Amino acid sequence: MSYVYADYEIKRDLTRCTTCGICVKQCFNGVHSLIETEKGVRLVSDESKCVNCHRCVSLCPSRALKIVRSDLFFRENDNWKDSVIKEIYKQAESGGVLLSSMGCPEEYPVYFDKILINASQVTNPSIDPLREPMETKVTLGKRNHEIQRDKNGHIVCNTSPRLNLELPIMFSAMSYGSISYNAHKSLALAATELGICYNTGEGGLNKDFFKYGKNTIVQVASGRFGVYKDYLEAGAAIEIKMGQGAKPGIGGHLPGAKITEDVSMTRMIPVGTDAISPAPHHDIYSIEDLKQLVFALKEATEYKKPIIVKVAAVHNIAAVASGIARSGADIIAIDGFRGGTGAAPTRIRDNVGIPIELALASVDSRLREEGIRENVSLVAGGSIRSSADVVKAIALGADAVYIGTAALVALGCHLCRNCQSGKCNWGIATQIPELVGRLEPETGSKRLVNLLTAWDHEIKEFMGGMGINSIEALKGNRLMLRGVGLNEKELAILGIKHAGE
Amino acid sequence: MKTINCEKLDFSKLGELIREEKEVELINCEGQRFIGAGTENKKIIINGVPGNGLASFMSGGEITVRGNVQDQACDTMNDGNVVIYGSAGDATGYAMRGGTIYIEGKAGYRTGIHIKEYGDKKPVIVIGETAGSFLGEYQAGGIIIVLNRKDDKSPVGFFCGTGMHGGKIVIRCAKEPKNLSPKIRIKKANEEDLKEIKRYVFKFCEYFSEDANRLLNSDFYILTPDSENPYKELYVQN
Amino acid sequence: MYKEGENETKISSGCAIAGVFSEVGEMISGGIITEAMRTMRERSNGLGGGFAGYGIYPQYKDYYAFHVFYSDKESKKACEDYLDEKFEIINLSKIPVRKNPHVTDEPLIWRYFVMPDHNLLRDSQLDEREYVARCVIKINNEIKGAYVFSSGKNMGCFKGVGYPEDIGDYFKLEEYSGYGWTAHGRYPTNTPGWWGGAHPFSLLDLSVVHNGEISSYDANRRFIEMFGYKCTLLTDTEVITYALDFLVRKKGLTMSEAAAVIAAPFWTTIENMSDERRDVCNYLRKEFPSLLMTGPFSILVGWNGGMMALNDRLKLRSMVTARNGSRAYFASEECAIRKMDENSVDFFAPRGGEPIIVTLKGEKSNPPITNLNCFAEGDI
Repeated sequence: MSYVYADYEIKRDLTRCTTCGICVKQCFNGVHSLIETEKGVRLVSDESKCVNCHRCVSLCPSRALKIVRSDLFFRENDNWKDSVIKEIYKQAESGGVLLSSMGCPEEYPVYFDKILINASQVTNPSIDPLREPMETKVTLGKRNHEIQRDKNGHIVCNTSPRLNLELPIMFSAMSYGSISYNAHKSLALAATELGICYNTGEGGLNKDFFKYGKNTIVQVASGRFGVYKDYLEAGAAIEIKMGQGAKPGIGGHLPGAKITEDVSMTRMIPVGTDAISPAPHHDIYSIEDLKQLVFALKEATEYKKPIIVKVAAVHNIAAVASGIARSGADIIAIDGFRGGTGAAPTRIRDNVGIPIELALASVDSRLREEGIRENVSLVAGGSIRSSADVVKAIALGADAVYIGTAALVALGCHLCRNCQSGKCNWGIATQIPELVGRLEPETGSKRLVNLLTAWDHEIKEFMGGMGINSIEALKGNRLMLRGVGLNEKELAILGIKHAGE
Repeated sequence: MKTINCEKLDFSKLGELIREEKEVELINCEGQRFIGAGTENKKIIINGVPGNGLASFMSGGEITVRGNVQDQACDTMNDGNVVIYGSAGDATGYAMRGGTIYIEGKAGYRTGIHIKEYGDKKPVIVIGETAGSFLGEYQAGGIIIVLNRKDDKSPVGFFCGTGMHGGKIVIRCAKEPKNLSPKIRIKKANEEDLKEIKRYVFKFCEYFSEDANRLLNSDFYILTPDSENPYKELYVQN
Repeated sequence: MYKEGENETKISSGCAIAGVFSEVGEMISGGIITEAMRTMRERSNGLGGGFAGYGIYPQYKDYYAFHVFYSDKESKKACEDYLDEKFEIINLSKIPVRKNPHVTDEPLIWRYFVMPDHNLLRDSQLDEREYVARCVIKINNEIKGAYVFSSGKNMGCFKGVGYPEDIGDYFKLEEYSGYGWTAHGRYPTNTPGWWGGAHPFSLLDLSVVHNGEISSYDANRRFIEMFGYKCTLLTDTEVITYALDFLVRKKGLTMSEAAAVIAAPFWTTIENMSDERRDVCNYLRKEFPSLLMTGPFSILVGWNGGMMALNDRLKLRSMVTARNGSRAYFASEECAIRKMDENSVDFFAPRGGEPIIVTLKGEKSNPPITNLNCFAEGDI
């Protein structure tokens, strides 16, 4: 017997239901079933299997379905919340480590929501982005400022390797395996059309996607899945994954069930075996070892690719970033504790790491204090939810941002947070062919392009309002930000003033 | 074969010079890192001490080292053959997917960590003497052979094969190694088992002038994982 | 009253600017530029005026001329002790002034002609100009009440709180003559009453007068402060001056190349350039993105041997240039140029991001000036 009661109730309006059975087919969790009764065929549901992903609701042709929160409750207790009690039941019943997906949903402050953006009045004109030029193109990489001239005195234009982006937004690392082939293809197509990059994550690069290499960041993580010379050379940049916001200090674990034939080819491991990424890179136990991996990758790719080092936002992130900025890496990606994941231990996800806003601000400040901010570009992620978050992140000091969850939501993710089950009814976090087929890459790509095109317009409206016509002039421009309801310490870390000051 | 004097050469400069050659002999190597990194079909002979990250991401070719190698050699090596006339440092062959490494002497901590196999690629690491602790940690495929040619009582240190979920570790020793993880299966090798490793042993003996019959006429133990999904029961969906 | 930089409040201001430059080095009286500013009185509000003259100290041309404001005798003593330690002082005197009823509350104003102490300079392992610049920055940041507002060779800034024509009269500019002059009248949005806050802002012989407000200010400031500069006044002019000093003196760019950094052509414009200029503009924009300045500005930059006028790339402020033979004129309004020279011709409003650079004839330019002007023939 399980003490864990269902979170949801399925409401089926029998006056609308035509017993067409589409809900039965759509739900891979097996919630709905058709039964024969004396009065004929009828549909019943097992709400204990429901994850509230809305697939059946969206696809029901007669709009007969609704999922509501169960009003069954434990006696009110602000300390022992329902979720806490249920989690204890689950562990008492299984002896297992709680496993969750997507970013931390708990009630911690979201600093982006306590920051307001400036606009020009009188002393400086606002600019109309629909009529006047407005630039959001960025290049990421090291800037050494050493001007060299040839014998005629002309500047020799050799820059260190750069990542050129038409927008300051990239799709963050999500591996093939954790998400589907079609989800990856949607991201690759959209990145190509938008002139930005998507990221392979640590699961290798499917051979079908090598052609999108110009818009691909290839990742090297501790498990080294699918990493070989052609892979390293396929992308526009190489990312060393040191950590992930959702699970700092924790490795990865893709269960054998998700290692299908095609995933196995891409990861270059046998079908059905677990893909385990160790917590650390076992060649990096110290910062000087990071420098070694950075240069090993540079040597292997003849210094043609910028190297990104991705780290989770943790307490000493400023010192960590300072070390990375001196390691030869070209770009640092910082992932906040609200960043998404295909699977992470619940307790880790919800209790380890710090918010990206504070991490980003403190890293940008520290690198400037040390005079090494130009050694690297900064990419902020985990979690960027809107164009306003993008503008705030850039004004705090980011060169660009990573979006993961927002991109998945654009693809149809309903944030039911059950990726770890591998039965994503929307065809995103699954390897089941029938489910994968539900996400059509052309449609998915179009939705992603729509999203970022809209964000780009909004970013330009913000910039125009501030009288800024190029994104470079927004980077680190903290005078454009004010805090509301933040204490002195928070304002000091963010490096911004309070509204009204 | 061209000779390069490595004295006072920066590693990136040396890398550039090596890229220009098909076959090359390095002399006075003094810790230059990443020799052979990402190369595909070169023949490199090294005299002196190569630095960390030797043969990282190497995809083919042959490297011979006349001496010891430092840490993290053969990181994510995909193919090729590395022969070390000496000992190797920590994390040798990290995440290696293919190719062979022959080490005349000892290997450091975490040798063969996370090596894996795929398709026709099967990495093999042959260690002449003993290995440090955590040998074959997270091993997902391939073979690690410890020949223990000097008959050390403790050929593989502690925590050998923890997290192993594929491949095998073959150890030449008189008694079963102790303190193995409960998720590891251990058995004494029979004739059939030895067949698979024979050619690597012969090759080793050819490189380092060792008597193959002496080595093969001993007891070997074989370590394999008892499940390909060692952590299946660890989690509960939340 | 706020002093610039106090209270950490950024002060924006609107303004009038004017300049004159003789390419053959003819001496022009400072009285001319003072009168020119009178015509643009409506653009100022009496809270700041100032001038920079080039070639005005031929008898001391090999020495750095420091113009210093002191709030009291103590600050003067402290500063002079420091100057004595770090420099050889060749000459010192009060700067001569004429009482003007509209100019009040003036600080003590002194002038020193100095050379770095030979031994200290050698031990510092610094280039002579870097040594001087560091000393100036140190005085301004650390000696309370002392402010070096001019520090170049054979040039000098004169500025104060008041309308520019009154400030010119106060400093008796008609008694100076030089081959180049720039001038500024200020309309600040706060009410600073501190003389150091007036324009021009200068470091060594580089001086900037500026009209407008840059929206990129904090991005530029936080970048430049990584390289030993400290923006204490929180004004746009200060950050522009430091940016140009960094690009030209420290990084060796030409003024034209520096203009392609701070008023970089749009990416679409760069794409359509001829090969060499496209590569250089691309390179400069990617190498120094944090020095791109946006928002309205028109600036006049003076240095020993040259002058540059530059508008922001959207051209949000006014700027007119004209010529009469070897003389070039610049001003926010045409009336100011007519006042300086009624025979001036070729009136022309430079386009956004188009630097107009004039130099003394015979001055060797090293490195050669690559014409990065995005409006060069064939591009549009």
